[in-house]
Amino acid sequence: MERHIASIREQFPILKTQVNGKPLVYLDNAASTQKPTRVVNAIAQYYNTSHSNVHRGVHSLSQKATQLFEEAREAVRAHLNAASSDEIIFTKGCTDAINTVASGYERLLKKGDEVLISHLEHHSNIVPWQMACERSGASLKIIPMNHKGELEWSASLLSSRTKIVAVNHVSNALGTINPIQQIIADAHAVSAAVLIDGAQATPHFSVDVQTLDADFYTFSGHKVYGPTGIGVLYGKRSFLEMLPPYQGGGDMIKTVTFSKTTYAPIPFKFEAGTPNMAGAIGLHEALNFMSDIGLENIASYENQLLQYANEELSRIPGIRFIGTAENKASVLSFLVEGAHPYDVGVLLDQMGIAVRTGHHCTQPIMDYFEIPGTVRASFGMYNTMEEVDQLVRGVMRSASMLV
Amino acid sequence: MTIQEIQSEIEEEFGFFDDWMDKYEHLIGLGKDLPLIDPQFKTEEHIIKGCQSQVWLHAELEDGKLFYTADSDAIITKGVISLLIRSFNAQTPDAILEASTDFIDRIGLKDHLSPTRANGLVSMVKQMKFYALAFKAQKQNT
Repeated sequence: MERHIASIREQFPILKTQVNGKPLVYLDNAASTQKPTRVVNAIAQYYNTSHSNVHRGVHSLSQKATQLFEEAREAVRAHLNAASSDEIIFTKGCTDAINTVASGYERLLKKGDEVLISHLEHHSNIVPWQMACERSGASLKIIPMNHKGELEWSASLLSSRTKIVAVNHVSNALGTINPIQQIIADAHAVSAAVLIDGAQATPHFSVDVQTLDADFYTFSGHKVYGPTGIGVLYGKRSFLEMLPPYQGGGDMIKTVTFSKTTYAPIPFKFEAGTPNMAGAIGLHEALNFMSDIGLENIASYENQLLQYANEELSRIPGIRFIGTAENKASVLSFLVEGAHPYDVGVLLDQMGIAVRTGHHCTQPIMDYFEIPGTVRASFGMYNTMEEVDQLVRGVMRSASMLV
Repeated sequence: MTIQEIQSEIEEEFGFFDDWMDKYEHLIGLGKDLPLIDPQFKTEEHIIKGCQSQVWLHAELEDGKLFYTADSDAIITKGVISLLIRSFNAQTPDAILEASTDFIDRIGLKDHLSPTRANGLVSMVKQMKFYALAFKAQKQNT
């Protein structure tokens, strides 16, 4: 893969940008990845040649748009190895997908029921469940973590009261890959459902929802080199059929009278209103792009980047890694002793290096480590070893100015 | 000196730096030299929370003039605070209410006073002006 990086980078015009007069080093991929030209072109092509509203018109353009939209659904099904494309719901993002499930559960949960989430969650997999619990009277329980940023999983956290477990596949703040296979198996033993937030896993390696046996799996388009405003909710057929609809509107109904509405079958029950067709088509192209490169190639190359960055950054005096789990995706969170992460981020930006600083929408993790935030470098398939070197030099330079 | 004169003086000082590193080193130095805020004012009541860094601000009126002290957990934020305090300190509430902070743009630190940075500085400027307004109203009532 290493010898193909130059040609991969060619496909991302934005990587040639200058920032503050320096060539951009983009290491904020966990927040959002950049888009290859073919994704941008697919969206333009759709609008220029095939756009119309879907699932409605008998006219040819509407048929064409519908066909492209449904082909995108099939592509997502294949990507996740779901049993049926009916189990793939297009949402406006990963957060929206989680909210779809949480708001449905809000109506199914009763006082005394429990929802289990983890200490490692992004706010988007905490707040929807807090809201569901507040309104239903259910209680929220937390899977604890250790000082390495690993979950301290134990089946004893589950009971017959546990109705759903919601955990991320990979932590956005620390990069920890969680033992979801075990969590799913244990949860199913007490008949609890499991939602996996896959926003940080899908950009890095392949996911098979049937092997995992996840009941719900969510991810976001813009983190897998696709457009913003599109996300995916996978749900097993029986779960999606049982779950009440999220929003009401067009496209999600079978019949409407003023006294009663019957809902369309899945997936349409959860897709009220005109869907984001261009987004779905862009996502389709992005998934094709990733498959063409090869998910295994991406995973092993990014792992090399991570190992190299780990080794090189370790040489910096006063560096402290936050999140040192054994099993990690290509996300590195760290602090330099005596320097606030915000200051490091500002100085790196002056050198053209884009990292994320702050709490990464995971305040409970920051509270655990008693820190205001971290500097987070997250790698994508187009990053290079030279960029890691630039990061290391940048952090050393920042430290010498700040400390 | 008027606020405008002080701000021109700061602009002139920053004009000497043609390299970003020198400019930031100066700013970091100013941040480190910022007089400490009295610990009794470093409380929840005086905090201005940004998403990235936070700021504590306190103001007192002496002989009709305002004196600010402030702190931040981030040193670059403190550097910008020091420039704001230097330009507003020992000025009357009226002068502060009329003053602009455009000099920050002109010395190439515009980004730091942008709401997207979420470092607490935009709210801090608002809070500095709010203190001026409050002291002015207090004076008119007595």
